[in-house]
Amino acid sequence: MSNLIVVWQFLRRYPVIPIFILILLLIAAAIGPYITPYERDIGNIADRHLSLFSTSEHTTVQVSKDDVVNGFHLLGTDHAGRDIFTRLLHGSRISLIVVTISISTGMAFGLTFAMVSGYYGGIVDEILMRIVDVWNALPFLMVALVLTLIFGRGLNIMILVLFLVAWVNFVRIIRAQILVLKEMDYIASAKICGASDIRIMIKHLFPGILNSAVVIATLNTSGLILAESTLSFVGAGIQPPTPAWGVMVNEGRDYLSSAWWQSMVPSAAIFLVVISLNFLGDWLRDRLDPRLRQVD
Amino acid sequence: MARFLTQRLISSFISIIGATLVIFLLVQLHNDPRELYVPDSGYGLTEEQWEMLGEKMGFNDPLPIQYWNWISGAFIGDFGVSLAQQVPVRDIIQNRMRATIELAIGGWAFAILLGIPTGVFAAVKRGTFWDYIARGVAIIGQGAPPFVIGLLLIVIFAVWLQDTPFYLPAAGRPPQFDFRNYILPCVALGWPAAAGLMRLTRSAMLEVLDSEFVKLARAKGVGWNKVIYKHALKNALITPLTSALLLFSGWLNGALVIEIIFGWPGIGYDALFTAVNDNDFPLLQGTVFFFVIIFVIFALLADLLYTIIDPRVRLTGGEK
Repeated sequence: MSNLIVVWQFLRRYPVIPIFILILLLIAAAIGPYITPYERDIGNIADRHLSLFSTSEHTTVQVSKDDVVNGFHLLGTDHAGRDIFTRLLHGSRISLIVVTISISTGMAFGLTFAMVSGYYGGIVDEILMRIVDVWNALPFLMVALVLTLIFGRGLNIMILVLFLVAWVNFVRIIRAQILVLKEMDYIASAKICGASDIRIMIKHLFPGILNSAVVIATLNTSGLILAESTLSFVGAGIQPPTPAWGVMVNEGRDYLSSAWWQSMVPSAAIFLVVISLNFLGDWLRDRLDPRLRQVD
Repeated sequence: MARFLTQRLISSFISIIGATLVIFLLVQLHNDPRELYVPDSGYGLTEEQWEMLGEKMGFNDPLPIQYWNWISGAFIGDFGVSLAQQVPVRDIIQNRMRATIELAIGGWAFAILLGIPTGVFAAVKRGTFWDYIARGVAIIGQGAPPFVIGLLLIVIFAVWLQDTPFYLPAAGRPPQFDFRNYILPCVALGWPAAAGLMRLTRSAMLEVLDSEFVKLARAKGVGWNKVIYKHALKNALITPLTSALLLFSGWLNGALVIEIIFGWPGIGYDALFTAVNDNDFPLLQGTVFFFVIIFVIFALLADLLYTIIDPRVRLTGGEK
């Protein structure tokens, strides 16, 4: 009994389960596509809508040189007879690529924007903050739709759209911190020593905001995954047959009454990843930057 | 107050102009807006017809004048004519508006009814089993996008448990009002918002319960229930109620997805989504303009309400 309490307290103190899920996601994205024997986009139509944990009677898989078994579908198959588990693994790779690129570019741009705005102040600050105001007044899903209508749909546009969403979330909080930091004595001494503005920003201001930046990035990553899946779901993001999770949910929408798992499995994947990121973000915030915390 | 008001109005106006300018320029970024109207095959248009089309749509004017023509029309409700349906965009928006507003109000009511009471409850019963249940509800709302909740509700209530009152055998909207049609879409739309509201209410309530005046009231011998509902609640509800107003503008993303899932004949599904699928640019521009205006108006209202309810904001709110 006391062991259970210790385990429970450990689980409460450290985000073990979220980190476990996220590591699984990383592994799935890295090696997942190589461990399943099925094709990503080609299925056997005779295997249409097999349920969870079912074995196919129509397709065979070569396990070793002279060992051929009937194909096993862990998470069932979709309307084209494709293995959902395989597509889920490929989808995790796509999600990771899209989100990683957009959050890192967004962070770089957002931090630069905030540092310039906060450090120089005055008219520069005024103009840059008005740009942020305008940006916040744009409903992002609409902008995404307009962008896809103009530039076409696909992975690159998706990354661009998510970058446009991501950067603005850094600006206000980081700028507020820069405003505090730049009045500190060590910045004044750096100036007296003849450090240039760029050197001060990179060498002296940047380390001070790094913690907050990491926390904001983690907290926003879950939002980006939601945005990515929503856009793909609506049809403005990644296009079928590429198996982004939102695409998979959307494809299964027509078969809810006969094959609920086709939509629900990728939905569950989205849910687990987003929840894990939220928990990890909250934990990181408490650890690295308690100032961002509200009462809890 | 007057100075604050004008400042906020000016900044809202700048936001509207800036946002519409961005959307307008996005069209121009694509080399020729006519290519959005005419597909690559060109419908066999000759060079002169192409020029005439440009003349008719006013592309020969310089950019600022084109923008002025569009924005001045938009402010008096003239958004141009839809390409695919050949109906004024304004009529389309007007016809679809009712369904969207019904959905938004329903979801809003659900978010407030679920979010605020559970938030208060979770704060009062902090650390107990009920607190964990309430936080679990909030976690689901924050982790699952509206379309996942919507599909899950459909699977549960329309596929598995068919004899619940939410299950309607006939698809689509019946001609007469039926309350049951609204339940599932409104729950799906309201749940994520309820989660946010619940967290806000809970933390505001905890803060107030921890404050000096609550302790004083307790020390004077006021009953616990009376302290909670008479003293603490009034002060704790300021933040959640004003942010509930802001929720209305946050609906836009969610409402579109919910409308697609449930086949709801509102602006999101019947105007925006079809505009994207038909490459119907005037309709898209008009709808987006409409949404931007609503968004900015509600942000302004929430800001003003804040300052009226809580005068402390005025000291810091106007400052940059």
